[in-house]
Amino acid sequence: MNYFPDEVIEHVFDFVTSHKDRNSISLVCKSWFKIERYSRQNVFIGNCYSISPERLLRRFPCFKSLTLKGKPHFADFNLVPHGWGGFVQPWIEALARSRVGLEELRLKRMVVTDEGLELLSRSFVNFKSLVLVSCEGFSTDGLASIASNCRHLRDLDLQENEIDDHRGQWLSCFPETYTSLVTLNFACLEGETNLVALERLVARSPNLRSLKLNRAVPLDALARLMACAPQIVDLGVGSYEDEQDSESCLKLQAAIRKCTSLRSLSGFLEAAPHCLSAFHPVCHNLTSLNLSYAAEIHGSHLIKLIEHCKKLQRLWILDSIGDKGLEVVASTCKELQELRVFPTDLHGGGNTAVTEDGLVAISAGCPKLHSILYFCQQMTNAALITVARNCPNFIRFRLCILEPHKPDHVTSQPLDEGFGAIVQACKNLKRLSVSGLLTDQVFLYIGMFATQLEMLSIAFAGDTDKGMLYVLNGCKKMRKLEIRDSPFGDAALLADVNKYETMRSLWMSSCEVTLGGCKRLARKAPWLNVEIINENDNNRMEENGYEGRQKVDNKLYLYRTVVGTRVDAPPFVWIL
Amino acid sequence: MDEFVNLKATELRLGLPGTDNACEERERVSCNKRTLQGVTENETESSMIKTGTCPPRKAQIVGWPPVRSSRKNIIQTKKNESDSEGGRGVYVKVSMDGAPYLRKIDLSCYKGYKELLKALEIMFNFSVGEYFEREGYKGSDFVPTYEDKDGDWMLIGDVPWEMFVCTCKRLRIMRGSEAKGVGCVV
Repeated sequence: MNYFPDEVIEHVFDFVTSHKDRNSISLVCKSWFKIERYSRQNVFIGNCYSISPERLLRRFPCFKSLTLKGKPHFADFNLVPHGWGGFVQPWIEALARSRVGLEELRLKRMVVTDEGLELLSRSFVNFKSLVLVSCEGFSTDGLASIASNCRHLRDLDLQENEIDDHRGQWLSCFPETYTSLVTLNFACLEGETNLVALERLVARSPNLRSLKLNRAVPLDALARLMACAPQIVDLGVGSYEDEQDSESCLKLQAAIRKCTSLRSLSGFLEAAPHCLSAFHPVCHNLTSLNLSYAAEIHGSHLIKLIEHCKKLQRLWILDSIGDKGLEVVASTCKELQELRVFPTDLHGGGNTAVTEDGLVAISAGCPKLHSILYFCQQMTNAALITVARNCPNFIRFRLCILEPHKPDHVTSQPLDEGFGAIVQACKNLKRLSVSGLLTDQVFLYIGMFATQLEMLSIAFAGDTDKGMLYVLNGCKKMRKLEIRDSPFGDAALLADVNKYETMRSLWMSSCEVTLGGCKRLARKAPWLNVEIINENDNNRMEENGYEGRQKVDNKLYLYRTVVGTRVDAPPFVWIL
Repeated sequence: MDEFVNLKATELRLGLPGTDNACEERERVSCNKRTLQGVTENETESSMIKTGTCPPRKAQIVGWPPVRSSRKNIIQTKKNESDSEGGRGVYVKVSMDGAPYLRKIDLSCYKGYKELLKALEIMFNFSVGEYFEREGYKGSDFVPTYEDKDGDWMLIGDVPWEMFVCTCKRLRIMRGSEAKGVGCVV
């Protein structure tokens, strides 16, 4: 390769798109490092505090797309207090000052402000794509700036954000001359929507492929929108309550029938059961179906819909579908790759809608299944062993038994053997979440067999430090480890400090680590940020006067970084 | 939930209707079992008067289960709606003939008929008399009845407690001449 001019090498590098691969090729030699850094288009930063915007810009002056992630995963479940961090403002400001021709910004679990969105919209002439996932801190005013100023916007994709809805006219801020919309997802907005502006926008967007509406868009508006956009591929239905009259129902059915490109369906945020049948004509083409927010639709209707979806690859559903429903899925959806079953009863007191039987049925019926998230109230080792045998191709296996410490409900044994079978059979397993009654033994299995494991979530599991040590010593590819309510302490935390340099982050809450242990770790590893999030009592964790043996009541979050202690931490976050 | 519930009702099982997991689980989980033995009259009274304030449910663990708030919210909305429709039968209205207004009680707070009737007696200041399987309630002008899922007015006490909790939509304490003819032979 060294005989080729740089332009040729650069052209070859164009075909290398995954950031992992690009990181690898940049390590080959100085020449490749240089070529690669000037040609990298998409930059991925998994932890916004691992690096600073200035250093990013020094290394990659020419990128077009930036992906940033902020808060740790457990922030999704309210374990990270408000104000912890993950502010995107300094990044937008730095990028605006530079000459980067930013076209795409993808943020996950970050704090975004209206000012930031305004600055973003004014600073990058070719800005095309804004994807915000699980973000917060902004309002529809910020969206109005984006709509008004981004002339070449293609994607505005808002997934599960907390947005202050001022019920303003952000949709009417898109200029009349603006026709380049491809993706519009505002399903997470809670307030009223200007339907007229929406319809006009959709009508003048011939390239629109993905449209996800919020609950304020009623049925008749949906019919009109679909009639304007028969080319739609991905549809998120908003409110879908009782059809008021048969005429609007007929109009909807006619509109749906014309949407022959429709492949993905979601939403049904407020839905009456019998309306699903209007979508039966397009089911045979669907590859993705997300009914996980359709709490009003009940088992039998879900089943009737799914019976038509023979090409389904991705299914997100509520456990109201039941084991019987999952059997229907298993016999119908032979192309299924990803399944998520969410709970309808959060406290384990209701009907046992899905059990280990449903999981086994799916594993037996769907040969292409590689990703699963399954909430249930009971499990057995036998079932997990069967699942492992049926499905050795799992890449992601996340099982959440709702009641902590719950054993195998038939044998009353821990579920060590079941999960052990999973990790032993699934040689490509990258992500695992365990639950139920588990001893150190399961971690021995994980350390021994889960060689490709990158992310592990542990809750209410294990007996001693040995458990955590098995994982830290065994899983060479571990990147993210998150643990809560498990008896792992300082011995495990401090056993191999260098391990954390190979990982993105470690989270431990309600475990047995002590303040002294965390301090020792911080001293040994200056390239780590060791944060204690102490939300209960700001005064308790004072530097002076507390024994190092004080248990960390709250949360430990540590991550590797090249830029040292962050400066934006709130008072309740103590960086050691 | 209607269609789904009907399927369950017609399901052939060995157990009595009402002994499905839903009702059992709810009873188990909902409140700490209080025993009335050894509790003084006053204590009973004061604890019963706090109708509908059941001892707190199982303490909820922060951030568990690992479900996003947006998902928790839709489930909660659904629960609230079905509760207010009386579909789950946990909170039910109680009326007494001649009383100016109705009350509401949480059936899941009680272990059985004895506790429930005691609570009603205190709430409305009356006495139900004694329950006989054949003759119904004797020794009182008041008869405790309930409306079941089919809309029929039934005598309280005939069916197993769990079945009662699952099928009861509202309570009515009948009085005087109207009380005759409901489950009693007199």
